[in-house]
Amino acid sequence: MTSISEARFARLAQEPLRTTGPKGGFASGLAAQWRDIWAHRELLDMLIRRELKARYKDSTLGFVWSLLRPLALLLIYFVALGQFLGAARNIPDFAVFIYTGLTAWGLFSEAVSTGTASIVGNSGLIKKVYLPREIFPISALGSTLFNFAIQLVILVGATVVVGDFPTGTRWLYLPLALAVIVVTALGWSLLLSAINVYLRDVQYLVEIALMIAFWASPIVYSWGLVSDKIDSPVLEQLYLTNPMTIAILGFQQTFWVAGDGQPVPDNLTGALFAWLGIGLVFTWIAQRVFMRLQGNFAQEL
Amino acid sequence: MGNPSVVEIENVSKRFVIRKEKSLKERVVNFGRSNLHKEDFWALRDVSLTIESGTTVGLIGPNGSGKSTLLKTIGGILQPTTGTVQVRGRMAALLELGAGFHPDLTGRENVYLNASILGLSTAQTDQFFDAIVDFSGIAAFIDTQVKFYSSGMYVRLAFAVAVHVDPDVLLVDEVLAVGDEPFQRKCMDRIRQFQQEGRTIILVTHGLDQVADLCDRAIVLERGVVKADGHPLDALRVLRSEFDQIREDELTRERAAVGAAVGAPRAQVTKVETIVDGTPAETVGLGSPMTVRLTVEAEQELRDWTLGFGFDSSHGQAIYSTSSRLLGVPMPPLRGTASFDFTIPATWLGEGAYTAHGSVGDASDSEIHILREAARLHVTTPGQEIGLVSLGATLDPRPV
Repeated sequence: MTSISEARFARLAQEPLRTTGPKGGFASGLAAQWRDIWAHRELLDMLIRRELKARYKDSTLGFVWSLLRPLALLLIYFVALGQFLGAARNIPDFAVFIYTGLTAWGLFSEAVSTGTASIVGNSGLIKKVYLPREIFPISALGSTLFNFAIQLVILVGATVVVGDFPTGTRWLYLPLALAVIVVTALGWSLLLSAINVYLRDVQYLVEIALMIAFWASPIVYSWGLVSDKIDSPVLEQLYLTNPMTIAILGFQQTFWVAGDGQPVPDNLTGALFAWLGIGLVFTWIAQRVFMRLQGNFAQEL
Repeated sequence: MGNPSVVEIENVSKRFVIRKEKSLKERVVNFGRSNLHKEDFWALRDVSLTIESGTTVGLIGPNGSGKSTLLKTIGGILQPTTGTVQVRGRMAALLELGAGFHPDLTGRENVYLNASILGLSTAQTDQFFDAIVDFSGIAAFIDTQVKFYSSGMYVRLAFAVAVHVDPDVLLVDEVLAVGDEPFQRKCMDRIRQFQQEGRTIILVTHGLDQVADLCDRAIVLERGVVKADGHPLDALRVLRSEFDQIREDELTRERAAVGAAVGAPRAQVTKVETIVDGTPAETVGLGSPMTVRLTVEAEQELRDWTLGFGFDSSHGQAIYSTSSRLLGVPMPPLRGTASFDFTIPATWLGEGAYTAHGSVGDASDSEIHILREAARLHVTTPGQEIGLVSLGATLDPRPV
């Protein structure tokens, strides 16, 4: 026996035995799991880079493509909805308004749809190596955030171009609304990615649900138009019971300077904080469900 | 053994539910009857094991015996249905080479990604990077996307990454036989170095020679149950006899399928004896003449048949065999029991213990029956040579 091996044995004898795989039951083990994920942060970073690098690897335009899609959407909505259907008449600075909503919505929808597919998409790794599996939905969110950051830069540029650059306390809405979107998207990604392993239909269901949610949020029409049409406060509340509606309104508070005279739901800041709290609890529950389901991932994939 | 244990498995069972439906539609349509579409399959049943650090353990068994499932359970990739698996130390699983490789990334990017998956930090990978590329021997292509790699280059790079991770416990599944021969030898050297450094290696393999060669413990699994656990040679013996049994069952079934009309021959070797100086003996001196006597029993008349025998090393490696077909000796029709002698003019085997096997085959030399480890033979030598053969080399001390 060499001295290297003896040193190893001595070190191993000091270490406690640990149970393999994911830790803890439904309530406990949360801290341990997040510590485990934290320990893999370098890997997380690499996975995000991998996603980004691989996405447009062999295309000539590369990252420009991730910008062209929302710009095309912007053009379509601006022309079709704004000019032909006349939405622009009631909404000042219609282009900035739409792009604000599209940027916020793009973050959420892309994070949820890529997050949902992330576990199944990485089945090769999950079946062969043990890693805290939350890494995959989180890395999907991470690469989405990168795309979002680029779009945000364009959005800020657009406000400069139209001459309505947001100033002062307006900016406080942005981090809060962003936090609501990120937390909500993470919760849904964790939950749906785990369920998707057992029921592949989920990813198609998500596409449809996202489409409905898109039109249920004030992205291409303003909250003012909705509140004009709805008389009943119950229905109004029902419409507002949607974290994305609240978050998008928050985004518009920051970037849509021309919309200052437009109606805003009462106590938007309070609603943002409330949804942030709900989102955190939801993410916590989603992670517990994820824990429960992940034990059988390797055999179901 | 005073070494600390690195893996403790207690009463682990693993159940797979085999469902024949996956989509929502199928589940709704079959709702209530869904139990009909389920089937339980126990990949592991009540397995308890303790593995000490510094040992090399081979998990062997026929296909579908639960070897890989057990390995994945140790690695934490699968969760046991009941029971617990506890481990300590840093663990690296080599279940598939290049599991984390992304085809669109370059070799360099993939090295970092793969190393990170196996638990190395970027700083550590920086440190090992040159050694990894050097080991893989594909430095010229390191900045090429791996989708353009040949499959050999791909596994070389993946293996190079894997062996530079610094694990206490290495889980290996059927991946040691990669690349060309020089590279394989390099891999084996690295595995031996790992052993010297006191790392624990748990490997699943079908290469039984490899088990005898590398492992100091072997565990035979069959249908999820531990059949044998101990010295590789004992374990291999259990497994080999099991394989022979399986083969024999298959042959019986084949014959039954072909039908009795063909008059399929049925014969077996009942005894193999080594005879030295006219008497049965288990020891023979180097270079001495010897006779191997095979007793064959044929229920029905055996026509166009062949008779063969051979020696295996104590590791179970085949080192010599011959047959009547190879020797060009036609065998006369046989019915009943008869003995035949193979005469060996001089036994040029190296010092050590060997076992002999005898076999009968049909006209095309395909096996009808084989009797393994039918006789033991110990070859004694003056101790001038090491190895399985004796070449009788001499050395002239005068320079030529």
